[in-house]
Amino acid sequence: MRSNSKLSFAHPPARPGEKPDFSAVDIPPAGVLAVPALDVTATDCIELANSLIRVLDDDGRPVGPWADYLGTPDAETLRTGLSDMMTSRVIDTRMLNAQRQGKMSFYIQQIGEEAIGCAFQQALRPGDMNFPTYRQQSLLIAGGYPLEKLLGQIYSNAYDPLLGRQLPTLHSAREHGFFTISGNLGTQYVHAVGWAMANALTGKENIAVGWIGDGSTASNDFHTGLLSASSYWPPVVLNVVNNQWAISTYTGVARGHGRTYAARALGYGLPALRVDGNDYLAVMAVTKWATERVRGGHGPVLIEWYTYRVGAHSSSDDPSAYRPKDEAKAWPLGDPIERLKQHLIARGDWSEQRHIQAEAQILAEVVEVQRRVEAAGTLLDPQPIPGASIFKGVYADTPEHIRRQRQEMGV
Amino acid sequence: MPHMTMIEALRDAMDVMLERDDKVVIFGEDVGYFGGVFRCTAGLQKKFGEERVFDTPINESAIVGLGIGMAAQGMKPCVEIQFADYVYPAYDQITQEAARIRHRSNEQFSCPIVIRMPTGGGIYGGQTHSQSPEALFTHVAGLKVVEPCTPHDAKGLLIAAMQDPDPVIFLEPKRLYNGPFNGDHAAPAQSWKAHPLGEVPEGHYAIPLGKARLHREGDAVTILTYGTMVFVAEAAVDRLGLDAEIIDLRSLLPLDLETIEASVRKTGRCVVIHEATRTSGLAGEIIACVQEACFYHLEAPIIRVTGWDAPYPHAQEWDYFPGQERICRALTSVMES
Ligand SMILES: Cc1ncc(C[n+]2csc(CCOP(=O)(O)OP(=O)(O)O)c2C)c(N)n1
Ligand SMILES: [Mg+2]
Repeated sequence: MRSNSKLSFAHPPARPGEKPDFSAVDIPPAGVLAVPALDVTATDCIELANSLIRVLDDDGRPVGPWADYLGTPDAETLRTGLSDMMTSRVIDTRMLNAQRQGKMSFYIQQIGEEAIGCAFQQALRPGDMNFPTYRQQSLLIAGGYPLEKLLGQIYSNAYDPLLGRQLPTLHSAREHGFFTISGNLGTQYVHAVGWAMANALTGKENIAVGWIGDGSTASNDFHTGLLSASSYWPPVVLNVVNNQWAISTYTGVARGHGRTYAARALGYGLPALRVDGNDYLAVMAVTKWATERVRGGHGPVLIEWYTYRVGAHSSSDDPSAYRPKDEAKAWPLGDPIERLKQHLIARGDWSEQRHIQAEAQILAEVVEVQRRVEAAGTLLDPQPIPGASIFKGVYADTPEHIRRQRQEMGV
Repeated sequence: MPHMTMIEALRDAMDVMLERDDKVVIFGEDVGYFGGVFRCTAGLQKKFGEERVFDTPINESAIVGLGIGMAAQGMKPCVEIQFADYVYPAYDQITQEAARIRHRSNEQFSCPIVIRMPTGGGIYGGQTHSQSPEALFTHVAGLKVVEPCTPHDAKGLLIAAMQDPDPVIFLEPKRLYNGPFNGDHAAPAQSWKAHPLGEVPEGHYAIPLGKARLHREGDAVTILTYGTMVFVAEAAVDRLGLDAEIIDLRSLLPLDLETIEASVRKTGRCVVIHEATRTSGLAGEIIACVQEACFYHLEAPIIRVTGWDAPYPHAQEWDYFPGQERICRALTSVMES
């Protein structure tokens, strides 16, 4: 007798040489979903976790209950958001170019995903802690992290607060609410929950924020994080950035026969929302709601940010081998910078001309910092950090065997 | 004989085995459609279909755990962990399950799985793309641990590993994927395509596990090493003009004790070299074996040259990497004793 079972393998809608095809992406009109009570339960989140919260409609106008909940942000707030996103993109473009010139070993871009980190960071307060991935430099940029430190880490030179120990973009910035990034995927999700538990146990009003990519939701630690959040109900926002790809692997491989990543949280008893991550106002509105819920002691929440990874996975990757070249252009939810720009113009708070001016100004600022940081050393012009620095901080107190090794190194 | 890079040789081994044995399946992160981030499985899904070669979600413990279940049920999985640095979620499955299924079931079940992973540094990968975790596996009874350093051995050993009845950890020194490396990162990259050890026979051949390879014959001192360090050691020996014997261990568990002991008895001097951190590293075990068996033949203390006991750094990579300088110093000291 032959088995009745045949294994299933997920496939992306299009491969190289084929036409990009997002016809299966289900996009409801903007403004149709309700804003739940802050103490909503998982059972009342089924629609919010399976549909898509959108605020800006196709003409760049904010509509519906989430727009009302957000209110009308003042123009300066939105212009800051726009400027943060533009800064992130300029840095991404220039850093990848510098990597191509051999000035650094590696780089990771976040093009297309800027709205998520930039808008989210605005809702955080001093003492809150992000547990980010390598694709969330935008949190630092929007949080006012000094650009020379940001670039210094990428160039691994004297400006690097981490003394060249970590791969470019694996930042750590405690004072800016940014936990040290591990290359090992998923681990930080559980840390966020533990940090939040410590806040609750010690009576701190701050919250923790976990971040993970769609592919990495497959890790044990993702599930451990959800279960722990469900068991102990600590003040944590758990984010999933679904950018459709995990290196070459289509998101359907991690999603399996589930419909959305947000819906996964419902099974753990956690409320969950699914949001257009390329809509700056939707990110603002949902972040406002989620942080209010969590700060108010109503417990954790998971948010799936639906977006698209426009660039390669990293400077080591060439996506033309596994997805259509023009897939990013076909992404039905557009570009976050362009959409916020159009919204501001529609509001009468921005213009094409101001945009061009702002672009030039941001570019000049980044170029100036880059020049200063590069003067402290690049891979083409190395100004090495002393080798013996690797022994510092392995432990709080250096044990004898390491002291001897430092001597043996001859420094 | 055709020349191949180590990547091509590994791919060829999997190709040969997929062809010969329909129980063979290959899977891991990005290995299916794309063919792996190092391209080791490129083209195999196209040739053998998705049921034989496929992508997995990012979960190493699932990759190994599924492989164990399949192996116990009679298949021959050869799975890829994208970098050895990412094997730790699977450590439970490897050390507590794969390694012991045969023994604890009194041989009712077995676990013929091969777990491939790129290992070692030299590529500016920082602490999560450079580790050498071999000692975490050589400490575990029931596992075999292999690390080739040439395309020829990579193919023959991978085929042997895939035919082995027990679980094999197959470490691939990623710095050697495209060519040998003498430790001088400023020197132009060499290619296997122009190197005698890049010659790889076509078709099926197996190199028995558990046998070391004599990389270079000599009488003055025995160098015991493996992986990337074989060629760095050779360059150091050339610099000093020493008549050193270099043994490429290539099977780290079990060790080829006979070859090791015969060489040290002949030379009376020994240096052990690996990239991995020093404390509780494999060199400690090798030195203990040599000391126990060859004490009365030794004319100098045995020295080890290893990575330092610190996380593998990004910018200070060449301070960390046990390069020619440090090996020359160790050799000189052993020769002067
Ligand atoms: C435990 C672990 N396994 C594998 C990798 C290799 N790896 C690095 S990034 C990546 C893909 C991650 O995709 P996703 O979570 O969707 O995040 P994205 O890169 O899309 O932001 C993989 C497999 C890793 N870093 N850690
Ligand atoms: Mg992704």
